[in-house]
Amino acid sequence: MERRTLFPGKLLPALLILPQLVLTLVFFLWPAVQAIKSSLEREDAFGISTEFVGLENFADLFGDPLYVAAIGRTAFFCVCVTLLSMGVALVLAVLADTEIRGRAFYRTMLIWPYAVAPAMAAVLWVLMFHPQIGLVGAWLNRIGIDWDYKLDGTQAMALVILAAAWKQISYNFIFFLAGLQAIPKTILEAARIDGARGFRRFRTIMLPLLMPTVYFLLVVDLVYAAFDTFATVYAVNAGGPGQSTQTLVLKVYLDGIVNANVGSSSAQSVVLMVGVIVLCALQFRFLGRKTVT
Amino acid sequence: MRRSALHLIPHAVLILAILLFALPIWIAIAGSTQDSAAIARGEVSLVPNFDGLGVYRDVLLDGSAGAGPVWRALLVSAGMALAIAFGKIALSLPSAYAVTFFRFPFRMTAFWLIFLTLMLPVEVRLIPTFQVMSSLDLINSFTGLTIPLIASATATLLFRQTFLAIPDELVEAARMDGAGPLRFLRDIVIPVSGANIAALFVILFVYGWNQYLWPLLVATDPKLDTVVIGIVKMIGVDTATEWNKVMATAVLALIPPVAVVLLMQRWFLKGLTEGDK
Repeated sequence: MERRTLFPGKLLPALLILPQLVLTLVFFLWPAVQAIKSSLEREDAFGISTEFVGLENFADLFGDPLYVAAIGRTAFFCVCVTLLSMGVALVLAVLADTEIRGRAFYRTMLIWPYAVAPAMAAVLWVLMFHPQIGLVGAWLNRIGIDWDYKLDGTQAMALVILAAAWKQISYNFIFFLAGLQAIPKTILEAARIDGARGFRRFRTIMLPLLMPTVYFLLVVDLVYAAFDTFATVYAVNAGGPGQSTQTLVLKVYLDGIVNANVGSSSAQSVVLMVGVIVLCALQFRFLGRKTVT
Repeated sequence: MRRSALHLIPHAVLILAILLFALPIWIAIAGSTQDSAAIARGEVSLVPNFDGLGVYRDVLLDGSAGAGPVWRALLVSAGMALAIAFGKIALSLPSAYAVTFFRFPFRMTAFWLIFLTLMLPVEVRLIPTFQVMSSLDLINSFTGLTIPLIASATATLLFRQTFLAIPDELVEAARMDGAGPLRFLRDIVIPVSGANIAALFVILFVYGWNQYLWPLLVATDPKLDTVVIGIVKMIGVDTATEWNKVMATAVLALIPPVAVVLLMQRWFLKGLTEGDK
């Protein structure tokens, strides 16, 4: 879509767009190009010279069992976070959408976690599930469950999934509620007259009309789980114990900054870039490129 | 009888969800007022102790082990959140205006370049962006903390959609009255975008306040610690953690973004669901 009515002039629009364009080039595109470039290079041990090595960094990466394990772990983490937060949000949105008393109150009380930082979600959940001081964590130990997410990798994974999903429920809830409220009342009324009620009405009428929202949130949540949860995972236990909660983003940080392996970290960045591009492409397919055209 | 009982189920589920959402916060609020040693023994109570409220004064002014005074971190966070929110709006509004109301060479190229940033979250260009910052000598500076996060496609896309919906008659009438593009921008476009600006402000303020990875990387100077960075540092020192202070800091760190979302709820909900799609 384009506007029919326009203003004349070329200099003014150029000046208006320039600041944003400069920041985009300097802080986004230039670094992205650099990441691709250094993913194809290798530094010597002293960081004095670099040589072009082609796809060797990528070959090393996918030949590294630790990296392959991190891919699987990240996929598992992302799917769990996405399904959990979307599932809970959908149930809550359906309930809050009905002609229920106190709708506004329920809505307000369910949207505030949107404001909680991913790192803060980790802090709050650590305070609950800490094996000694946490209300829930200490209780689990008292009833005989050996709970310590700092030693047990499975428990650590469960904790980061819960903390990450908890924070994202609000966002999904807001969109599901908006999607449900956009369903024309006449359609629901017609379904009611035809005798479709309860779960059947939800499955045959509401859910199909809600599918665009479902696809949209699927992509947003996967991107959230893959990237924004760096802070959640890092704050809970910095990827540990061992590598049990080390996701791909965490590895980019640990390999690149902590271990200063620029070539490998850049190759990992490029892999992630491809991941985001695939997700964005999927989103446009599902949403009919509404945003751009 | 059976009917009324069935009607209570949605309420019961929603109230349960609200309680589950609020439980972590309530633990932090109640815990912050209690004795640190008692918390360390696992004896945190869900009933706040009003005599313990002095902890808020302590953390705000003096801080605690492993972290400086919280007022300072809150100030850095607020500065960062506001700079990012206003910076993004100030950059993306004119650029969206340029691509919708004008035709100029490389217009679509420029638009697509901006659009590409959607696919480049800071995590995928971490080290090179850090290198750019260090060659510009912006490490450990407030500018370095904010500038790379200010350029973004989301706000530009949202404004573009609003601008596309401005009726042609309005533009023609303004032109007939002799209003130039800048006048039109100031008198018509910005006022009609008020609700979007408000919604974006909420989204971007929360985004800025909640940053973690970028500040962790670019600002190692403790003076530039945001409150989110500070609290993760506090839970990191496990041996002599003053848990009531950790909890008080957590509560203080949550108040500003939650307040912004709740106070501006109406605009935020509308802008979020209409804009992102």
